[in-house]
Amino acid sequence: MRHMRPLNKKAARIDNYVVSRTTDEDVVALQSPPAPQRPHVPMACSLMFTPGWEVDAAGGTAGLCQPVERDIYDCFVSCYWPAQVPDHLNNAPDWTSKCASATKDWRNLDLVFP
Amino acid sequence: MTATAEAAVYRLGEFHSFDARGERFLYLVPAGAIFQVDEAVGALIDCLSGSESPHDQLIENLISRGLEADDAKQFVTEMVHANVIVTGRNVPEPVQTPPADFPLQTLVLNLTNQCNLSCQYCYEFGADKVATPEGKPKFMDFETAKASVDFLLQQSAGRRSIHVTFFGGETLMNFPLLKQVVTYASQQAADNGRHIDFSLTTNATLLTPTIIEFLSANRIGVTVSMDGTKEMHDKLRVFANGRGSYDIIAPKVRELIQNHRTRPIAARVTLTSGVTDVVKIFRHLKQDLGFHEVGFAPVTTSPNQLYAINQTGMNGVLEQFHVLADEYLEFALRGEAHGFSNVSDTLAELCQGVNKSHPCGAGLGLLGVGPSGDIAPCHRFVDSDVHALGHISTGINREKQADFLKRGHIDSKYDCHTCWARPLCAGGCHHEAFVRYGDTGHPNLHYCDWIRDWTNTCLEIYGAIAARNPGFLEQFAERKASS
Repeated sequence: MRHMRPLNKKAARIDNYVVSRTTDEDVVALQSPPAPQRPHVPMACSLMFTPGWEVDAAGGTAGLCQPVERDIYDCFVSCYWPAQVPDHLNNAPDWTSKCASATKDWRNLDLVFP
Repeated sequence: MTATAEAAVYRLGEFHSFDARGERFLYLVPAGAIFQVDEAVGALIDCLSGSESPHDQLIENLISRGLEADDAKQFVTEMVHANVIVTGRNVPEPVQTPPADFPLQTLVLNLTNQCNLSCQYCYEFGADKVATPEGKPKFMDFETAKASVDFLLQQSAGRRSIHVTFFGGETLMNFPLLKQVVTYASQQAADNGRHIDFSLTTNATLLTPTIIEFLSANRIGVTVSMDGTKEMHDKLRVFANGRGSYDIIAPKVRELIQNHRTRPIAARVTLTSGVTDVVKIFRHLKQDLGFHEVGFAPVTTSPNQLYAINQTGMNGVLEQFHVLADEYLEFALRGEAHGFSNVSDTLAELCQGVNKSHPCGAGLGLLGVGPSGDIAPCHRFVDSDVHALGHISTGINREKQADFLKRGHIDSKYDCHTCWARPLCAGGCHHEAFVRYGDTGHPNLHYCDWIRDWTNTCLEIYGAIAARNPGFLEQFAERKASS
C-alpha cells in the first residue's frame, strides 16, 4: 500500500490482501512478471493431429472447420519443418483418403515420395 | 474504480490511532494489525472525522489536501479493502472460534495444595478463594502425575512442543514428585519425538543447592513470587506465625540466580494497597537481587478487601508503569533487554497481531490438574468443585468445557464489542471475573481504563521500536501457541 507500512504479522497479511485486491482491477497481463526464458521445444505435428494443409469439399478453403491461417500458424510456430505434409491439393490428393478421423486413423497417413 | 464504489458513502472503520516519536500509527480493530501511516492517512481521517462522505466528495477533499487525483482514487480503494474506511453499517465480523478439539499445549500440575506461607491475599487460601479442598488429597501422587503426563501427550497430538508447569500450594513442598515427573515426562516425550520443557512457580523458601542444581540441569524455568524490598515483601508474604519471609528467601534467590544459568529467572510481583511503588520494587528485584525479568499484577480480589488497590492507587501504579515503559523503550532502541515483562509480554502479542476469542489459553491449550486429579481450566481454579472440567482418569468433560469457553468468548461479552483494546484483552482473566462478578464470563469492567491506557502505551513502544530498531522485534516472531 502506498500510504501505510505494515509493522506486524497481521498487518503484513492485510497488506498482501489489499495489494492483491487492488491490482486485480488492472490489466493483469501487463503486470505479470515476464516468463522465464526456456529452450524452444517444437511440439511436432504428430502430437497435435493436425492434418496440415487442407481444402474443403469444394477444393477451396472457405468451408474448413478451422481457418486456413491456422494451418500456416501451426507450421510457423510449433514446427521446425517447413512443410510437414504433402501438397494435398495437386500432388497427393489421396493422402488422407484412409484417414477419416485424424485422432483415430493417423497411422494411415503415410509418407509421400515424389 | 467500479460504479458501485463511486456511489458509496464512506465512514471511518474501527481503529485506534496513536503517535510515537513523531510518527503516526494505526492499530486496526479487530484485526490487530499495526501500520505506520503518512499524512495522506491523517488527511483521510480528518475528512471523515465525525461525518460520512460520498465517494466523489471524499476524492475532491483529498485532492484539495494535496493528493494527486489518481493517487487519491487508488488510496481510497486500498483503505476500503483494509477496512480503515467502511461503507454501510459497521458490523464487526465474528471472531474466529477455536476448534472444539483444540490441541493441549500446557498442563499445570498443582503438586500440592499445601503451603508453608500464609500470604493474606492468596487466591488459593484467602477470603476470595474458589478452591474446595476438603476431603481431597493434599499432595499429588505419582500415579496421578503420570496419568497427567500421558494425558498431555495424548491431547496435544500434532504439537511439536509441550510444556509442564509445576504449581502449588508451594510447589517445592512436593519436590520428590517434581523430580519423578521430569524424568518420566522427558522420557515419554523423547519416545514420542516431542520437545517438552518445564517451569515452576515457587515462594523460594525451600530452595536448596541440590534443588537449584536439578532445576538448572533440567532447564526448568523458575518464577519466584516476590513482592519487593523487605519492608514491602513482609507486609503480606508471611509465615503462619506472622513473620515475614524476606530474610529467608533473599539469600536463596541470590543463589538461584547465580547458579541456575540455563533459563532466565523471573520475579512475579503481586501489587496490593500498601505495595504499589513499582519503580522501587523493580529496581530492587532487578538490580539488587539480579532477576532477569520482573512482572507485576495487581492482586485479584473482591473490592472490599483491605489489600485491594483502589482507583487512586491503580492510577499511581500505572504512572510508574509508564516510567518503566519509557526506560524499556530506551533499552530496546539500543537493542538491550530491560526486564520489565509486562511490556515484553504485550509486545509479543502485538508482534503477532493477535485477535483473541478468549483472554487466555485456560480451558483451551492450557489446563490445570489438582492433587486429586481433577482437571481445572487453569491453576487458579484447581480444587474447585464448581469449576472442575473432568478428572484425569476419565478425561475432559466436554460439556463443561464448552460451557466455560462459551461464557469466556468475546462474542458473549457485549461490553467489549465497542472497545478497541479487545483483540488483546478479550475481557480479561476468567478467575478475576469470577472473584469480582461471580461469573467467569463477565468482562473485567473494573480495569477497562487501565487496560486501554496500558495497551496504548505498549502500542507506542511497539511503533517506536518498529520505526527505529525493528530488529529488536525479531525475538517475538515465533508464536507460542503455534509451536
